[in-house]
Amino acid sequence: MLTIKSIHTYYGNIHALKGVSLHVSRGEIVTLVGANGAGKSTLVNTVCGMEKPARGRIEFNGEPIEGLMPENIVRKGIALVPEGRQIFSAMSVEANLLMGGFVHRNDREQVRADMDRFYDRFPILKDRRHQLAGTLSGGEQQMLAISRALMSRPQLLVLDEPSMGLAPLMVKLILSIIRELKEEGRTILLIEQNARAALKIADRGYVLETGKVVLQGEGQELLEHREVKRAYLGKGARQIWDA
Amino acid sequence: MGRKNWLIMLGAAIFIGVFPWLVMPFKAVSHYVDVMVFAGIFSLVCIGLSLLMGYAGQISLAQAAFFGIGAYTSGILTSKFGVNPWLAMGGGTVVCATVAWVVGVPSLRLKGHYLAMATLGFGVIVNIIFAEEVNWTGGPSGMIDIPYLRMFGRKITSDLAWYYLVWGIVFLVLIFCFHVLHSRVGRALRAIHEDERAAESVGVPTAGFKVRVFMLSAVLASIAGSLYTHYVTCLNPSSFNLMWSIRFVLMVMVGGMQSLWGALVGTVLMTFVGNEWLQVFAELEILAYGAILLVVALFLPGGIVSIGGFRRKRRQSALEGAGT
Repeated sequence: MLTIKSIHTYYGNIHALKGVSLHVSRGEIVTLVGANGAGKSTLVNTVCGMEKPARGRIEFNGEPIEGLMPENIVRKGIALVPEGRQIFSAMSVEANLLMGGFVHRNDREQVRADMDRFYDRFPILKDRRHQLAGTLSGGEQQMLAISRALMSRPQLLVLDEPSMGLAPLMVKLILSIIRELKEEGRTILLIEQNARAALKIADRGYVLETGKVVLQGEGQELLEHREVKRAYLGKGARQIWDA
Repeated sequence: MGRKNWLIMLGAAIFIGVFPWLVMPFKAVSHYVDVMVFAGIFSLVCIGLSLLMGYAGQISLAQAAFFGIGAYTSGILTSKFGVNPWLAMGGGTVVCATVAWVVGVPSLRLKGHYLAMATLGFGVIVNIIFAEEVNWTGGPSGMIDIPYLRMFGRKITSDLAWYYLVWGIVFLVLIFCFHVLHSRVGRALRAIHEDERAAESVGVPTAGFKVRVFMLSAVLASIAGSLYTHYVTCLNPSSFNLMWSIRFVLMVMVGGMQSLWGALVGTVLMTFVGNEWLQVFAELEILAYGAILLVVALFLPGGIVSIGGFRRKRRQSALEGAGT
């Protein structure tokens, strides 16, 4: 569904992505793990149109999408749950969800129906729908951010560090939501620093290091990989929590 | 448009309606009607600027230039070509919208305050044109013989007629703007103001929206300029220089840029301050403006309308909630 062919992205002089290639097929969860500064977020921004790649191709359903404006990429069917959630904190929960359905301007009934579905799924959002989104807890904000992204009815959902800054219990909850989304047959590109948790729920994974893909494989396989263990999981480290 | 805004609007309309009858009997303040006509005209500029500053998060330092383009377009078309004043007013808005588009598209595609810089330069250039194109604008010595506005076959000359005409337009524009803000477009504008990247991520064409708000602000300034032309019936480039652009920004800031009511309150107050109460400072006027700006920025960042406090309190509790 999504095919990235050796893209290069620069921030000024900094060569942030040095020829990254990867693909996501329909119905898969693909995870991208890597340390700080490996280029994970740059890759997300490049896919979602916020950064322009200097070279390379990004194809979505066979169409090239590199260089499109972010709003057109949303229209094509890629939705982003941004890093740090970035909900509209001074707007109500309901207004946040309505913003998620922004691209469906002519289909108010669909937007309304989608919103009701998310209210059923996350009753806490329904209880607080008239509250300002900034008053929600971190985990609730993440639920809202995910719901907001899904309101655009994407074919591909990109989650940028969904567990960042959340309490362990909330991380567990968010991961279980992601697993549920997978069971519904959604296609997900999951960016995570929390490599163990991400690889456990993913079908496939890529390991990014200083702008290059250094390893790829099935989730379980990567989890067992000596290098991954050494670099990201801490060799022989005790498993502190189980996601 | 919410219930609260309707109530405020009703109150404001009643106040504006009776204001002339309160001041006219008293000789010392009877000219306040004239000051209020200017305040109404400037309010149109500031409502547009408030949308741009408060909702699109951008500052324009060319509002006086748009005000001037509207004024001179009206002045030239009516006095030199005999065009109907209302048509000329429409002509001014078209010119301003086009110019705003040309200036706005490149500067609003970039993130950050490029619009402020672009409009700063643009405003100065426009002012130089007003002063130098003597054949068209009359240059520094001014343009005179601009015909009066006519409505229903009658000339509008009295202060009182102008007062009700101008404030009637202000209220129509306010109603229009509140409707825009409570629509899908307004929600998108608030989203852009809060978090531009997040707005992009849900598919809001941020640059396009900002350009449109900028164009709307230019159109409102142009309408104000046309009204100004026919009210004072003579034009001089110094009414449209950078100082005036800064004054408009100041009016919005003093009143409070998170609300259209702030623009209105700030404009009326600052018009009285500038036309009436600050005259004693004469040359030092600009210092007094600086002092006002400093005090507002330090102690009242939400402007005068935030004094009531409910707005800020609500935001405060939102932020505290987010911290937990």
